[in-house]
Parts: sequence; structure tokens; C-alpha cells
Amino acid sequence: MTNGSDQQLTILLAEDSAPDRLILESIVVKAGHRAIVASDGLEAVQAFTNQSPDIIMLDVLMPNMGGISAAREIRHLAKDEFIPIIFLTSLSDDESLVECIEAGGDDFLPKPYNPVVLQSKIKAFSRMRDMHLTLAQQKSLIEAHNRHLIQEQTVAKQVYDKIAHSGCLDLDIINFYMSPLAVFNGDVLVAEISPSGSIMILLGDFTGHGLPAAIGSMPLASTFYGMVRKGFSMADILKEINSKLHQILPIGFFCCATCIDINLEKRRMRIWNGGLPESFLFRASSNSYELLQSKNLPLGVLSEQNFRADSKRVPLEMGDRFFMWSDGVFEARNKTGEMFGEERLHRIMEGSKGSSALFDEILGQVHNHIGESDKDDDISLIEIRIEEFPVKRLNEEAHTNTKGQLVDWSMTFEVSETSLKEFDPLPLLVNIISEVPGLKDRSTTLYTVLAEMYANALEHGVLGISSKLKSTPAGFGEFYRLKHERIAALETGWVRISLTHHAEDTGGLLNIRFQDSGKGFDSGRVSQVLEGASNQVNNDPGSYSGRGFSLMRSICERLTIHPPGNDIEVDFRWHMDDGHD
Amino acid sequence: MTIKSEISDNGKTLKISIEGRFDASSLDDFRKAYEDVDSNALEAYCVDLGETVHLDSSALGMLLVLRDFAGGDSARITIDNCSPEVKKIFAISSFEQLFTIQ
Repeated sequence: MTNGSDQQLTILLAEDSAPDRLILESIVVKAGHRAIVASDGLEAVQAFTNQSPDIIMLDVLMPNMGGISAAREIRHLAKDEFIPIIFLTSLSDDESLVECIEAGGDDFLPKPYNPVVLQSKIKAFSRMRDMHLTLAQQKSLIEAHNRHLIQEQTVAKQVYDKIAHSGCLDLDIINFYMSPLAVFNGDVLVAEISPSGSIMILLGDFTGHGLPAAIGSMPLASTFYGMVRKGFSMADILKEINSKLHQILPIGFFCCATCIDINLEKRRMRIWNGGLPESFLFRASSNSYELLQSKNLPLGVLSEQNFRADSKRVPLEMGDRFFMWSDGVFEARNKTGEMFGEERLHRIMEGSKGSSALFDEILGQVHNHIGESDKDDDISLIEIRIEEFPVKRLNEEAHTNTKGQLVDWSMTFEVSETSLKEFDPLPLLVNIISEVPGLKDRSTTLYTVLAEMYANALEHGVLGISSKLKSTPAGFGEFYRLKHERIAALETGWVRISLTHHAEDTGGLLNIRFQDSGKGFDSGRVSQVLEGASNQVNNDPGSYSGRGFSLMRSICERLTIHPPGNDIEVDFRWHMDDGHD
Repeated sequence: MTIKSEISDNGKTLKISIEGRFDASSLDDFRKAYEDVDSNALEAYCVDLGETVHLDSSALGMLLVLRDFAGGDSARITIDNCSPEVKKIFAISSFEQLFTIQ
């Protein structure tokens, strides 16, 4: 801030007596300021408008317009700008002084003029004016920031609404309330119907408040909708959201969440709760609640390997009602800072058990509690009524028609001698297969099948090593020694893998065929091997070999060995059962 | 809210005590409590919540940050003197999987 003393100010002096005017002017000019003079109120107002002085000194009694009227006029013209007005007066009665201040004056200067006092007053008012200017600047800056912030939040809210509310929250059986503030306090609610007719709902509550908390809901919502629509299971969706949040959120930020998957046709739901308060499931048949507690760490805390997406399966009956909320409901405070509390909520739940108006009652009571002090209002509350309700599938036949989803396809992949030495084709193949939502779930099983078939084609086919070797512990070691030796010396050879997938109404059929450059079995062995596989005579757990075929038999629907045995084909059929139940 | 830290157990354990509310406003003090200490010889951390009256999700986040600072999965962190209410908050978030809660 500038120091008033070395700053040249423009000072307006209004005084009807010419000698006094002269004295004043000389004091002001001596102090290093510029003086503008006026001989009455009208001139003063005129000079104020034309020359915008920094400080004004007005004689109280002047012809045409007195100082008091001039001060009123100047204050009116100056609006919000602060111009110090000092009255020059020989009057000393209280009433006159009060009138001067009422009219907008800031101080008095008694006549006759004392140069030292006058200069000090100029200094003091100059400082005050500087302070006022700084304040005014800061105020307008804050106002601009605030306008900007509100604008940003409005836009952010629009983006958020587009992402988060494009789902099926408008279904008649879903009742939900999310206060507008809750969005920016990090609550997120998403719901969507899967291709198999399950209703999936996720309520999340990010750590902290404000923008950092809200920002995580974008990837959460887009992952949720993308995956539910493609028919991925709840476990897969949770795994994906968890890894995504674990990757992007700083340590210490996470998302408490409850995710449910309700299938009205099958009368069951699955629930996963990580860190949100327990959910209430009202049982119509026994008129009581079943509490579903959190058993997991919140989303985003654990790395992909440690995350557990195990959900609890709960059978449902018509008339049941499911309730969940974030802890914002407990934490809602009234004017005195008292929280609504968990107990109070549980009392309402108990008191109006089975009432169809329970949802509205909770909401009403929470709002009553908060009263006018709505700054803490970040309430998310959801009720789902289990009743006969025709869930309209996202679009019929979504599974077989959906774009952007691998449904009907086939591929052939050939690995030749140079690649056979170094390259493991299995992760690549499993990745491709996992693009079919229904197969992603089963990728571990399919990995086993592919690994068996690949090992068979490579070891017995391309490398021509007999599996008989593996019948003794010594031979087992010998087998692998031989494998390394032959791979190193391999000059020609290939394995051709063909995958064909067809979608069916409730699932699909994956055909896996392995051909190799080997000689195959001697023809007598083919039927023997097949017989062995079907009778499972080789399925002796202590045996070192021969488990491959019987394992494939148990997993796959059809196992065909084309003579002479270097061409093996299996059919793997899967059914869309949204979570294997 | 006051946060104190002291080294005990022959310099092997850092004990951090939190008095009052443990929430977002404690962030800087809590971080200082373990960052401003020579942590080379430390083998374990102990967070004492005996005097803590309230704890929210940002406190859980801060404990995770401490866990990461103390070595992530290999960190040895005990949370002591939890009231039943505080224990319940930990249980809801399954934090007993990451910390020893007493």
C-alpha cells in the first residue's frame, strides 16, 4: 500500500471566503498536493464530477448550495466509491456536527485552520482511502471468483447429471433422494439394467468434500454404465472400478460403496458393501429387517490383486423392500450442530416398519432436523421395492446385437518354430476371449483348457515327446529335460489355434481347435485316449500324466480328436446367468 | 484438536496421539507428527485414539497415507484405545484388514 505522505493527491476545497480559500490552498500545495477550488456547493459538485478529487473539504455555510447539501449530492454521485469528505466549520454545537456526519461527512476541521492538523488529516484520510480502494478491489476480485466458481459448478453439475443419471433411476420401483449438495460432497448414485434383466445399483461416497471428492465419480459412473450395458457381472464391474480408482486417486482417497444386483425374475439379489453403513432389507413375510453389513474395504484402497469382489447372495420375496444410504444422513446437523445420528434413523426404521411412506418419513424427519441450516445437507437415500415389475431389458436381444461387443467371431492364430521357442500365446488368446462379457468370468477355466491343449500340441505333437515318459518321477524330470533340449534344437514346426464363437439366446458357444505339425498318435491310440478320457481311468490324482484329456472332458461339452491325433477340437458352451446362480 | 507424537520402545515405535476430533482439519498436524521424525530406526507405529472424540472418512484416508509412508503392505501400524464407536467405523470400512486395531 502506498504511504500517504509522498503521494500527490487531488484535493477539492470549497470555501466561499476568498482569504480562507487562499490559506487552505497554500497549505495543501505546500504539502505537495494539487488543489481544486470552488466558492460554493454547486461549484464543488461540478468540480467533483469533472475532476474526481481524492479528498473533499467543504465549508458548511456557503451561498447557492451549502456544504451539507453538496455532501449529500456528492455521496449520491459517488455511489460505492469512497471519497473522504471533511467539513470546514466554525460551528461547534452538537446538532450541526451530527447533521454533517448524517449528510455523509467523515470528519470536521475547525476554523481557524491549523496547517499541521490539516496536513495530518489529509494523510489519515489518504490512508483510509487507499485501504478502501484495496478492499473494493479485493471484493470485486472475490465476487468475480465466486461467479466463476458457481458457473464452473453449474457446468460440472450438468456434465455429472449427463453421466450419472442416464441410467434407470426413474424405474417405478426405485425411490431415491440425493440432495444437490451431495454431488459436490462426493456422493454418487448410478443404476442400470443389464442385458439379462438385472437391475444394478451402486451408491458411492468418496472421502472428503468438494471437487476432489466429486471428480472420482466420473470414471466410476462411466465404467459402471459401460460395463453393465455390456453384460459384465457385478464382480467384474467392481474389480474394474476398484482398479481404476486405485490407479487415479491419491493415497488416502477412496470410495465407500454398496453395489447391488437385483434380479426380480429369479427373486434374488447380490450385494457387495465396502465401507458404507449397513443396508436394511425389509422382509414382508416376517415383518422384520435383515441387516446387510459392510465386509470389504472401500473401492480404491486395495490393488487389483488384493481386491475381493465376493458378494453375498440374498433370496428375495415379493413385498420386500431394500434401503440404503450414505453416512450423510447420520451426519446431518441442526442449527446447534447436533447430528441426526444413526440411532434416530434406526428408530424411524423400526417405528414405521412396513409402512409404504417410510421413505418419505425418513426424508421429512431429516429435513425437519436440519431446519434452515441446510449447509450440511448431503443426503443420499435409496429405497427399492421388490414387486412384480416387468423389467424392460435394455434392448431385447441386446446380447446378440449389441455393437462394440465381441459376439460372433472367429480367428486363426498360428505359432511357428521361432515363436514356439520364446512366445507364450496363451495370455493373448485369453485376452481376446475375455472381450466376450460372458467369457471374461470364465477366463480362468478357459485358460486351463487352452494351456492343456497348447501343451499337448507342443510337447506331444510338435516336439514328439511321449507322455508315457511322465509315468514315473524320474521320467517326469526326463520329460522336461527332453522338452528343453528339443525346443532348443527345433527347426520346423507350428501350432495352429482356431477360435470360433457364436452367440446363443442365453449365452454362447466357443469352439477351440488346436492343430499341430506333429505326426499325431498312432491310429490305435486315438480311440484308446478318447475312451480313457471318457472313462476317466486316468483321473488318478497320484498319476503324473494323462489328466489333460479328462480335465477337458469335464469342462467342455464335446472333445473331438481328429485322426491321426494332431488335430483336437473342443466345444465350450456358456450360459448367461449373471453371476453363476 | 491436538496431535502429539513420541518415540518409545527404545526408539523403535512412534506413538501418535490424537486428542479431540480427527478429521480433515487434522491433516497437516497429523502428517507432521510422523514426517518430522527421523523414521530410519522405526519399526512400528502406534496411533492412540484414546482421546479422540470423532473420526470421519478423511481420517481413514490419513491413516492410509501413514500406512503408505510406513511401507505399505509391510507397515506395522497399531491403532490403540479405540472406543466402540470408532471401532465400528473401522469395522464398516474393514480397516482391520490393514491395521491392528485394539
